Amino acid sequence: MTKLGLALAAVLPVAALAEPSVADWDAVVEQAQGQTVYWNAWGGSTATNDFIAWVGQRVQDDFGITLEHVKLSDTADAVTRVLSEQQAGQTTDGAIDLIWINGANFASMKEAGLLFGPFAEQLPNWAYVDVAGKTVTTDFTVPTEGYESPWAMAQVVFMYDTADAVPLGDMQALLAWAAEHPGRFTYPQPPDFLGTTFLKQALVDLVADPSVLAMPATDDVYAEVTQPLWDWLDALTPNLWRAGAAYPQTGPAQLQLIADNEVDIAISFSPSEASTAIANGLLPDTVRTFVLDKGTIGNASFVAIPFNSGSKAAAMVVANFLLSPEAQAHAQDPNVLGYGTVLAMDALAPADRAAFDRLDLGIATLSPADLGPAQAEPHPSWMTRIAEDWQTRYGQAN
Amino acid sequence: MLRALVLGLLLLPVTAGALGVLAPAFGIFPALGYRSVSLAPFADLLAVPGLTRAVGLSASVGLLATGTSVVGAGLIAGVLAQGRWLNRMARWLSPILAIPHASVAYGVMFLIAPSGIVARLIAPLVGWERPPDLLIVNDPAGLALVFALVCKEVPFLLLMILAALPQVPVRALGIAAGGLGADRLSAWWYVIWPNLYRQIRLPIFLVLAYSMTVVDVALIIGPTVPPTLSVLTVQWMSDPDLSLRMRGAAAAILQSGLVLGAILFWIGLERGLRALGVRAIEQRVRPQLNTLRPIGWFAAGIIGATVITGLVMAAEWSMTQSWMWPDLWPRAGTLGHWQRFAADRDILAETLILALGAATLAVGLALALLERQEDLPNWALYLPLIAPQVAFLPGLQVMMLTFGLRQGIAPVFAAHLVFVFPYVWLTLAGPYRAWDRRFDAVAAGLGAGPWRRFWIVRGPMVLAAILKAWAIGAAVSIGQYLPTLLIGGGRVTTLTTEAVAFAAGGDRRLIGVMTVAQTFAALMPIVIAITVPRRLFRNRRGMLHG
Repeated sequence: MTKLGLALAAVLPVAALAEPSVADWDAVVEQAQGQTVYWNAWGGSTATNDFIAWVGQRVQDDFGITLEHVKLSDTADAVTRVLSEQQAGQTTDGAIDLIWINGANFASMKEAGLLFGPFAEQLPNWAYVDVAGKTVTTDFTVPTEGYESPWAMAQVVFMYDTADAVPLGDMQALLAWAAEHPGRFTYPQPPDFLGTTFLKQALVDLVADPSVLAMPATDDVYAEVTQPLWDWLDALTPNLWRAGAAYPQTGPAQLQLIADNEVDIAISFSPSEASTAIANGLLPDTVRTFVLDKGTIGNASFVAIPFNSGSKAAAMVVANFLLSPEAQAHAQDPNVLGYGTVLAMDALAPADRAAFDRLDLGIATLSPADLGPAQAEPHPSWMTRIAEDWQTRYGQAN
Repeated sequence: MLRALVLGLLLLPVTAGALGVLAPAFGIFPALGYRSVSLAPFADLLAVPGLTRAVGLSASVGLLATGTSVVGAGLIAGVLAQGRWLNRMARWLSPILAIPHASVAYGVMFLIAPSGIVARLIAPLVGWERPPDLLIVNDPAGLALVFALVCKEVPFLLLMILAALPQVPVRALGIAAGGLGADRLSAWWYVIWPNLYRQIRLPIFLVLAYSMTVVDVALIIGPTVPPTLSVLTVQWMSDPDLSLRMRGAAAAILQSGLVLGAILFWIGLERGLRALGVRAIEQRVRPQLNTLRPIGWFAAGIIGATVITGLVMAAEWSMTQSWMWPDLWPRAGTLGHWQRFAADRDILAETLILALGAATLAVGLALALLERQEDLPNWALYLPLIAPQVAFLPGLQVMMLTFGLRQGIAPVFAAHLVFVFPYVWLTLAGPYRAWDRRFDAVAAGLGAGPWRRFWIVRGPMVLAAILKAWAIGAAVSIGQYLPTLLIGGGRVTTLTTEAVAFAAGGDRRLIGVMTVAQTFAALMPIVIAITVPRRLFRNRRGMLHG
C-alpha cells in the first residue's frame, strides 16, 4: 500500500463518521451529542422565537445538542448563503445546519442540489405523521422525497374585527364588502409570501376548475385561467386601503393595521394567529376568523438540512424532536405558537392524544371541523408568474 | 507598506465583490449553467415595469435629501456658530447622529403615520373614529423617506461641521465681515461657509451616495409601488429564484452608475452656485440674511423634536403590552420584552466588541497613515461606500470562503472595518491636515521628538476630532446589517440584525426594544467623544474649539 493509500485509509473512517446514516438512529443520536445546530428560521415573531428557544432547551436536556436560532428576515438569505458556500467550494461545516423552509425556496434548493437527504421519512417519529390526510410529502406540488421534514400545518384564514365586519363566503363577497367599505381592506404586498398567498387564494376561489392549477402554468392556459383574477383585482384595488398606493409589507404588519383600526379584515396563514395575537395584546379581543365556503389553501412548514452542514446528525435529531407528540402539542398550544400539527391523531398513544385534546384552541380559532379541508397549493410556477404580473399591473401606482 | 495594507483592505473586498457582480450582470453564472457573455440581464432589467420610476426615485430622493440636509445643517450651524448655543446644542444634536437610521425612520413613522401620535392627538378634536386614510408614509414620491433621511443627515453634517470648525478662523472672519457691515448670518454664508464647505465636501458626497442606496429606511418609510432601485436590487438579490441574481447584478451596476452620475451632477451644481455667487459679489448683490435665522431655529427644533419624540415613542412601545387606536397611552404595559432581551447578553456583547474594536483599529490605522503624511486616493475611500452593499457583499462572501476565512466574528470584524475605515478617515483627515503645522515646528524647535510632539502637542489638539471619528466609526459599525448577516453567515448576531429581523414582523413593541437598545449602544461612544475633551480641557477652553 502506498503512503497515499495509507493516508486515505486513515482519513476515510472520519469522513464516513461525518456523514451520518439515518437508518442507524442510535448512532445518529450518539453522534449528535455535543454538536451545535444553527437553525435559520424567520425571526419576526416573538411566539416563534420563544418556541424555538424552548426546542433548544429540550434538545439540550435530552440529547446534549446546542441549538442556535439564526433569526432571518427572509428565508431567501439562507438560500443565498448556502449557494455562496457551494460556489466557494465549502462542502463541509457550512454556516447553516437547519432551515425552516417551504415552497419556492425549497424548490430552488432541491433543484440546485443544496440539500442533504433523503432523511425525513426514516426519522423514528415519521411513524406518527399524517401522510394520508395532510400535504406533508409535497410542497407546493413539488415532491419532498425526504429532503425536508414537516413540522407544522398552515391554512389560510381571514381575521376580521367583529366590531366592523362580518364573515364573507367567497372572494366576490369580499369585493362587494370592500366596495361598501372603501379603504378598510388590504393585503401584504407581493412578493411577500402571504401577499402571493392571497393572490393564489383569490385565484383558487375564482377559477371555475382549480384542478388546472396543479399543473405548471403554461402559456397556453395562463392568460385564460388568470383573467378572472385580474378582473377581480381591477375592481378591488381602488377600494383598498390607501387605494392601493401603498401596501403592508408583511403579514404581521396587518395586525398593527387592525389594532390601529385602519383595516377590518386581513389574511393569515395560521388559523390561531388571531387568538395568539389577542392573548398577547397585539389585536383587540373582538377579532375572530373565518374561512371561505369552498375552503382555503393549506400547506406545511418544513425543516431541511443543507448539503454542507457540519452537524447533520444533530439537525436530524432536532427534526425528529419537532415531530414528537410533545413538541407538536406544544406548538399547537395557542398560548405558545398555535400551529396545526402534522401528526395523525389515531397514530398516537392515548396519553399523547389526550395532550392534544386538552388544548384550548383559543377564542378566535376555528375548530378543525369549521376550518374544513385545506385546498391544494397551485404549482409554484403559477405563483411566480402571478407575482410578476401583479408587479406590472399594480406594483407601480398609477 | 501600511498604506498598501489599508488600500488592500479597502479595494480587495470591493474588487472581489465587483467581479462577483460583473460576471452575473453580463450573463455569466456558472452555478446555474450560464457560461457565455451576454447583455440579457440588462435587457431583462430594463424590461422591469416601473424601473424608470424606481431609478428616478433613487435619484430624486438622494438629491433632495442631500440638498435639504446641506442647507439645513449650514443654516443651523450658522445660527448657532457665533453664539453660546453651539456647544449646548452640539450636546443634543450630535448624539442624534449615533441613532441608527432604521430607528429614526421608525420614530418618524410612530409620529406622522395616520395612526401615529400626532393623528391620535388631533382625532378627538376633529372627530376621527378611524385613522385618516392618507398616504403620509410610504408616499409614492418618497417625501416621508426624504424627511427621515434629513432628520438623520443634518446631525451628521452638523457633526462634520463642528469637527471642521476649529480649522476655520470663524471668529476673525466673523468680526471682519461684521466690520464690513454684514449681519451675522450673512457673514456666515458669504465668508465662513465657503471655507467650511471645502472641508465637509467629502461627507456631503457620502450623504448623497448613502441617501440614494439606503435600504432599511426605504423599506420602513419609503414608497412601495414601486420602491427605490436599491430596494428592488435587494429583492432580486435575495429572491429564491436564483436566476434573478443576474438581474440584481445588472441593477447593482446601474445603481453604481446612478450614484456616480448624481455626484457629477452635484459637482456641477457646486460650480454653478459658485459662479452665481461670484457674479452676485461682483454686482454687489448681498442681501442681508439675518431674517432667515428663525428658519434655522425652526429646522433644528423640528429635527430635534422628531428624533427625540420618536425615541420616546419607541421606549413607550418597548414597554407596551397592548396599545390600540385611538388611545394616547398603552392599555397595558409590561417589562416582558425587556426581560426577554436581557436574557440574551451575547447580542449586546458582540455588537460592542465589533463596534469598538473596528472603530479603534480604524482610528489607529488612520492616525498611523496621517502621521506619516501618507494620503489615500479619494476613489479608494469612496468605493466601498458608494458601491451598493447588496451588490458586492455576496461576491465578498464567496471570496472570504475561498480563502478559508470561515464564518464567525473575525471575518465580520474585517468586513465592518471596510466600511468603518473610510468614515473614520474622512472624518479625521480634514481636521487633522488643517492643523497648524507651525505648532509642530515650534515644538521641534524646543527639542521635542516625533512621539513627544504627537502625544504632547498634536494629539491633544486634535483629540476632539479623533474621538469624533472613533465615535462615528463605532456608530457605522453598529448600523451594519448586510455585512454582519452575509459575512457572519448569520452566526454573528448584533442589535441591528435583530432589529431588522423584528422589523419584518412589524411588531412595534419589539421594534421599540431594539430601537432603544441600538440607540443606547451607539450613543455611548458619542457621549465619550463629547465629554472626554470637555473633562480633559475644562481649564483650557481654546482646546474645546469655541
